[in-house]
Amino acid sequence: MTDIFVDAKGLACPMPIVRAKKAIDSLQSGQIMELHTTDKGSMNDLQAWVRQTNHELIEAKEDNGVFKFIVKKG
Amino acid sequence: MSQKEKTTIILFSADLDKAIAAFIIANGAAAYGHEVTLFFTFWGLNTLRKDQPVSVRKGFLENMFSKMMPRGANKLGLSKMNFAGIGPRLIKHVMKKHNALGLPQLIELAREQGVKLVACTMTMDLLGLKKEELIDGIDYAGVATYLGDAAEAKVNLFI
Repeated sequence: MTDIFVDAKGLACPMPIVRAKKAIDSLQSGQIMELHTTDKGSMNDLQAWVRQTNHELIEAKEDNGVFKFIVKKG
Repeated sequence: MSQKEKTTIILFSADLDKAIAAFIIANGAAAYGHEVTLFFTFWGLNTLRKDQPVSVRKGFLENMFSKMMPRGANKLGLSKMNFAGIGPRLIKHVMKKHNALGLPQLIELAREQGVKLVACTMTMDLLGLKKEELIDGIDYAGVATYLGDAAEAKVNLFI
C-alpha cells in the first residue's frame, strides 16, 4: 500500500524533510509515502512539516531508534 | 493550490557557522514548499565567491579587501572558537561524522531546490567584488527587491 519508500536513516537535519518533499512531489494526491529516519528531531519535524504542507500523517512511531512515518499526500 | 508561502533570509556575516545555519533554514523552508530568497550583503557576499582568484581590474583599496576577505564558502571562519583556522577544520570533521551536509553541499542543495540567491550590488561595489568573482546563476539586486519579497513573506531572518 506504500507508493514510495524513503530511507533517510543516518541523515542529519534538514535532509529528512528535503528527501520527504522530493518524494512526495512525485506522488499523486491520496498516494502513500513511507519514511524512515534516525535524526532525533524528526519526530517533531515531520509532524510540523505534514501539518504545514497539508498532507496527512497516517502513522508515526519509533522502533529501535528508527522513526517510521506513513504520510498520505494531500 | 493557494499562493506559495515565502521565506527570506539576509546573510550579512561571513562566518561559517552562521552561513550553515542560514542555508539549513533556507533548505528547510524550500522543503516546506516556500519560495525562498537568500539575500547576501556585506561580508555575507564572500560565501558566493568563487574559490579561485579571478583576474579583474580593481583599485588599490578593492584589491586589499579582496585579499583580506575569505574567498568562498570553503574559506569562511567560525564566529566563535576559530583558533586561526583550526576551528573550521574541527567543525567540518564533526559535521562529516554526524552525516551533516557541509556548506558547499548545502549551497548546491539550495540551488537544486530553487532557492533564489541574490547578491546586493551596492555592497558589492563597496567591497570591490565583481560579478565575475561570484558563482554563476545568481541574481543581482538591491534593497527594494529584498523588501518586495520580504513584505510578502512570513519568515524573514537577518543572520
